[in-house]
Amino acid sequence: MTGSTVEQPAAAAPTRTVTYREALREALREALQRDDRVFLMGEDVGRYGGCFGVSLGLLEEFGPERVRDTPLSELAFVGAGIGAALGGMRPVVEVMTVNFSLLAMDQILNNAATLLHMSGGQLPVPLVLRMTTGAGRQLAAQHSHSLEGWYAHIPGLRVLAPATVEDARGMLWTALEDPDPVVIFEHGGLYNTAGELDEDAGPVDIQHAAVRRPGRDVTLVTYGGSLPKALEAAAALAADGISAEVVDLRSLRPLDDETICASVARTHRVVVVDEGWRSVGLSAEVSARVCEQVFYELDAPVRRVCSAEVPIPYAKQLEEAALPQVADVVAAAREVVGSA
Amino acid sequence: MPDFRMPSLGADMEVGSVLEWLVQPGDVVHHGDVVAVVDTAKAAVEVEVFSDGVVDELLVPVGQTVPVGTLLATLRPVDSTVPAGPPREPERPPDAGVPVRSPLVRHLAHQRGVDLAAVPATGPRGVVTRVDVEGAAAPRTRDGTRSSPYARRRAAQLDVDLRSVTGTGRGGAIRATDVEQAAGRAEERPAAVDQVATAAGAPATGDRRTAARQAIAALMTRSKREVPHYYLTQTIDLAQATDWLHEHNRDREVSQRVLPAALLVRAVALACRTHPSLNGFWRDDRFDPADDVHVGSAVALRGGGLVTPALLHADRLSVAQTMAALRSLVERSRAGRLRLRELTDGTITVTNLGERGAESVLGVVFPPQVALVGFGRVAERPWAVDGLLGVRPLVTASLAADHRATDGHVGSTFLAEVDRLLQDPDAMDRTGT
Repeated sequence: MTGSTVEQPAAAAPTRTVTYREALREALREALQRDDRVFLMGEDVGRYGGCFGVSLGLLEEFGPERVRDTPLSELAFVGAGIGAALGGMRPVVEVMTVNFSLLAMDQILNNAATLLHMSGGQLPVPLVLRMTTGAGRQLAAQHSHSLEGWYAHIPGLRVLAPATVEDARGMLWTALEDPDPVVIFEHGGLYNTAGELDEDAGPVDIQHAAVRRPGRDVTLVTYGGSLPKALEAAAALAADGISAEVVDLRSLRPLDDETICASVARTHRVVVVDEGWRSVGLSAEVSARVCEQVFYELDAPVRRVCSAEVPIPYAKQLEEAALPQVADVVAAAREVVGSA
Repeated sequence: MPDFRMPSLGADMEVGSVLEWLVQPGDVVHHGDVVAVVDTAKAAVEVEVFSDGVVDELLVPVGQTVPVGTLLATLRPVDSTVPAGPPREPERPPDAGVPVRSPLVRHLAHQRGVDLAAVPATGPRGVVTRVDVEGAAAPRTRDGTRSSPYARRRAAQLDVDLRSVTGTGRGGAIRATDVEQAAGRAEERPAAVDQVATAAGAPATGDRRTAARQAIAALMTRSKREVPHYYLTQTIDLAQATDWLHEHNRDREVSQRVLPAALLVRAVALACRTHPSLNGFWRDDRFDPADDVHVGSAVALRGGGLVTPALLHADRLSVAQTMAALRSLVERSRAGRLRLRELTDGTITVTNLGERGAESVLGVVFPPQVALVGFGRVAERPWAVDGLLGVRPLVTASLAADHRATDGHVGSTFLAEVDRLLQDPDAMDRTGT
């Protein structure tokens, strides 16, 4: 900006650098402070500070009534969370990883997502479930899968994937305001990433996808832990004169078709980047919607960059080979743009 | 007796010629059937018939240009007695007993060499549709080349025959750029054009309104995403201007009176001359100044929506001419009778909220233009002049501009110039000042 007269107040707002983990912790702290009905429970969330260190210090600050360590039974404590929500509380239940959440699938699908419907609207379940997802840290197949698509399949759930510190900071409160169950996926690879956060950062919208980088030639649709890869790929493509637009889904259910399709209508080409498996997954859903809604805007077939269809390997090289990498995204984008 | 006349396919269409007849005398036609292809100044258009009947006689031969409204063909009711003599149905396929097929479908089948009897029908009541025929014809016409959906759409828009296009995509697939190159022009991305098209078209319908809304949404989103706006405002004392208007309007009939809007638009047009860097377009990463000053004027449409037709050469009009041109633009905008140039050639835009508007407006630049000037409601307010507090008619002028093209300093002197001009309406009134 050269003319000081035109400085916008918003642009001048002071920011600070925080990690994704810290942003999540601030969101939890704000929620616990703002609403007495909010409490946190899960395995090791109290004394240990959370398996990934998200809730470190919260037990000391809020006490054992509101930061509760649970036994190792996902089925039991997710069910208890649903009960608490039905009883008027606003529980935040942490499940260590999405792999382990399968033990609680019955509670999540058959109760949390279903009770409102089966009670004729009498029993909303205002539960927030947080869980870690994704690979890339050599935690092997039982801790590394990306099963967001399974949850995004279920009517009755809202499914969010914060990929930035701003969303890590802002999505929780908005999710708690939702009268229905919300699942928030935190990609394990993001906890240590840092970003700029406004000093006055607060709750954010959870309805819409966001264009994280505008571009003309190809749209990279992604979310969660793949967002940094897509942005890196876009920067690499820019060096080759290919202008890539990056759309961060943010909400995996419902999907924001309008933002996705508007972007494709501008660029006419799309690459979906999803750490989940390709078959019957989120990338398939996005691809189908693009074909259904903006088929006549497409100048090349939709391309997907997904994880290899294997259990995520432990060995570092194999794990890297199994996951979508920046070079894969760049190659796919080049191919659809036609400069491969 | 239902007749088929040369239709008006746009506000600016006066004559048209028949490029192709898709029916023959004796053919049964139904409401909505495409019966002819008509050439207008802009494009070849398929024209439908709006009544049921039997084609009696084609009165205008292919290639002849006739005025809008000319009788092109006569129809007779389906059940009327067929005139004596052999039935004139040379084009009718031998399997005429099977369900109705529109003339378009028959024509298409004939053109593509498709045997209608052999085409699987997917339409309602077993009707063979256009898609069915195209599907049956596809393997033959495609010649093994593939094209993207967007490329096919562009080909239709640019009137390009895909068979003449060389594909450069994977496996020789035809892509949009191939079509555009074949059309002989590297087309700009048509975001702005879309809006023009929806605003300039035929009578309003719910669909069109939705489409127009979407077009506005797309354009405004693009502007807010791509254009780094900066905003400036300036409160302008309109006492001189108001006095001048009062004097000017005193002996004039209501229809001839000049409203403040004309002075405001005039001031902007003149200020554009001294500030050429706000009058033009941001294209291909650089500013492209416009040679002339065409001031777009935002007009709200009844039932919602917005068009911004331009006052062409606004800097060369007197105040009274500016007023007349503004009136005409507003009336024609609402009647859907704008000319294409007015919709496409604006070099800067003015939005004037008028008497019942809010105090000020910070607008969104209309890409590829680089500036938008807003005026709020003119209202009497306390104002210090020469050290004394008085009540003066004031207006808040604002500038929303593209920071890529100009900086705050230029915008600031622009608004100061608008202010200066409005203090001397007589000078502004002299054409070509």
